[in-house]
Amino acid sequence: MNLNFTLIAQAIAFAILIWFTMKFVWPPLLKAIEKRQKEIADGLAAAQEGKLSLEVAAEKNAASLKEVKQKSAEIVNQAEKRASEIVESAKKVAKEEGDRIIASAKSEIDQEINRAKEELRAQVSTLAISGAEKILTKEIDKKVHADMLSKLAKDL
Amino acid sequence: MILHVDSVVMAIIIGIFSIGLIWLVARKATSSVPTKTQAFVELIFGFIDSQVSAIFHGNRHTFIAPAALTVFLWVLMMNAMDFLPIDIMSKFYGFLGLHEWKHVPTSDVNTTFGLALGVWFLMIFFGIKAKGLRGWLHEFFCEPFGAKIWVWPANFLFNLIEYVSKPLSHSLRLFGNMYAGEVIFLLLGLWAATGVSGIFFSSILGAGWAIFHILIVVLQAYIFMMLTVVYLAMAQEGH
Repeated sequence: MNLNFTLIAQAIAFAILIWFTMKFVWPPLLKAIEKRQKEIADGLAAAQEGKLSLEVAAEKNAASLKEVKQKSAEIVNQAEKRASEIVESAKKVAKEEGDRIIASAKSEIDQEINRAKEELRAQVSTLAISGAEKILTKEIDKKVHADMLSKLAKDL
Repeated sequence: MILHVDSVVMAIIIGIFSIGLIWLVARKATSSVPTKTQAFVELIFGFIDSQVSAIFHGNRHTFIAPAALTVFLWVLMMNAMDFLPIDIMSKFYGFLGLHEWKHVPTSDVNTTFGLALGVWFLMIFFGIKAKGLRGWLHEFFCEPFGAKIWVWPANFLFNLIEYVSKPLSHSLRLFGNMYAGEVIFLLLGLWAATGVSGIFFSSILGAGWAIFHILIVVLQAYIFMMLTVVYLAMAQEGH
């Protein structure tokens, strides 16, 4: 145990070293570490926020999807209804048209028939006249004709 | 005026080496992904910081924590000089023309007492700074037995003993451990010089002591650092 000036020298060296650490070593390390801690904390918070917003977006998504599905179903329904309406009206129109055609055809046929009848009648009368002429020219029975004429006269 | 040049020179070289090394890392410290060296320095930083924060409840970053880091690293590295084999190193120092050169500054009581005395002055300085000169003197005379005037002498005596014993125990604990370690290495070396059985036993025992010494070196540096922090914290926070 021989204490001497070494003691003072070591104490001075000690003081200088502490001062150096205090000024130049500790602060930059502290700053770097604290900044990193803050960055990590911020990152974690951001991740949490992102997760939350993702959840919200997913919810929104699901809701809008549901809405869209409902809408599309509505549209499909409307379209179906409209299509059946169109088909119905087309059917109706077609039927009407058909009826009209049938009616006109019928009337035409009637007209044809009438004309044919008229023609036939005319021809029959001419035929009858010619026939009568022929018969008349061949045999005239005065008695018979007289009877017939008399009968006709009686009926009048 | 006597100066142990070996202690002073070795202490300064080791101090510049150890503090300078972490200064080089701290200078370029980034808050983004650290390099492996920075991660290692941050490991030490975190260790010191957590130890100090457990004891001292004030703004530790202005003084106490940096001081603790300095003490820990410096004392650790000075103690670690003990790992260098004394016989080979004495040959090396002899080659340089340095005879009887001791390379473990902490096995010199002047070094440890110098450090302890530095801490002692800091303790008084922070005590007065935290409580005012009046408060500090009041505590000196009125603790631990009370403020009655007839217990003042007892209080004063107690505090005097405390203030004297703190640097003594602080410094002699470190000095004793490191000095004893070195003496045992020397004794084992002397035993090895006695013959074949001496070489055999001293090498086995020397290996065992060296392994145990790894623990002592770190443990004593840690204890010295912790006591520094405790003394400074106590000075600021009162009894």
